[in-house]
Amino acid sequence: MSEFFAMGGHAAFIWPCYGLAAIVMILLVVQSLRSMRMNEKLAENLRASRSRRREQRADPPAHSHPAQSGSGQSEMEAEA
Amino acid sequence: MHRFANPTRFLKIANAVLPFATGGFVILLGLGLYYSLFNSPSDYQQGDTVRIMYIHVPAAYLAVMIYGVIAGSSLSLLIWKHPLAELIARASAPVGLIFTFLCLATGSLWGKPMWGTWWVWDARLTSMLILLFLYAGYIALSNAFDEPGRGNKPAAILALVGVVNLPIIKFSVDWWNTLHQPASIIRMDGPTIASEMLTPLFLMLGAFTCFYLMLLVIRLRSEIAASKLRIAMMAGSGAAGAGSEFERAGG
Repeated sequence: MSEFFAMGGHAAFIWPCYGLAAIVMILLVVQSLRSMRMNEKLAENLRASRSRRREQRADPPAHSHPAQSGSGQSEMEAEA
Repeated sequence: MHRFANPTRFLKIANAVLPFATGGFVILLGLGLYYSLFNSPSDYQQGDTVRIMYIHVPAAYLAVMIYGVIAGSSLSLLIWKHPLAELIARASAPVGLIFTFLCLATGSLWGKPMWGTWWVWDARLTSMLILLFLYAGYIALSNAFDEPGRGNKPAAILALVGVVNLPIIKFSVDWWNTLHQPASIIRMDGPTIASEMLTPLFLMLGAFTCFYLMLLVIRLRSEIAASKLRIAMMAGSGAAGAGSEFERAGG
């Protein structure tokens, strides 16, 4: 086992090589996942707040919709 | 509207690829590490330092391959204004930078015991260092402007100019006298490496490729969400109605 770790006397070069690769690859994954979660959460929050605002805008001005149908009715009445 | 339709559809494909890329990476890395550390012979000249090759060569291959992806994306950004192209390039550049660094660092770790020096200014090493600077320049330039997206075009031009460096990297070992060994896998008369060493090498090449694919999907999702945010913010600073219009196109 210790022979394996000694790597024929070149342990000081081989293990840092594998260790460095492991470190940078782990850091890449962590950084990528973090930024993905953050950006997707922000985008989702924005979308949610936008659609909430749209619902609020759609609800109170109830007069705008009936007014159109009302005018249509009056037109029909006028034609009749 | 086409700005959004494409990435959203693309995301579905990308998300389907993700489990395969991740699974492939884990399996190939496991097998690759087993072969490269336990089940492969040491070189008759290099001893066990040959095992550094199983990290060094895949890192170099990714460094060059990712640069090719960025150059291809830059070309399609400049010609067809493909909406995904800039996102793919933006998502890939830092990965390529890291693997170029890993290639240079592991090369140094091999060079010290084998050549007796951490670094020599020969053609292969210098052209790889230039690749590192090209990556750094690309990232800096694409983020150099306050207005998002403004730097994409100059960065794409830089990426395309830098393509000149790729054949120089590949053929540097043939064109100049160098300490770096000549091509031993992709050559006219077939590989010159012992097959016991090719097994771990190809396993690790596969593992690194899967790793890049996996990272690309994750980073693309991040870039797509970020670009939605940017567009919504730009639209939000204008008319509120325009914002919801953009959003409907995106959703």
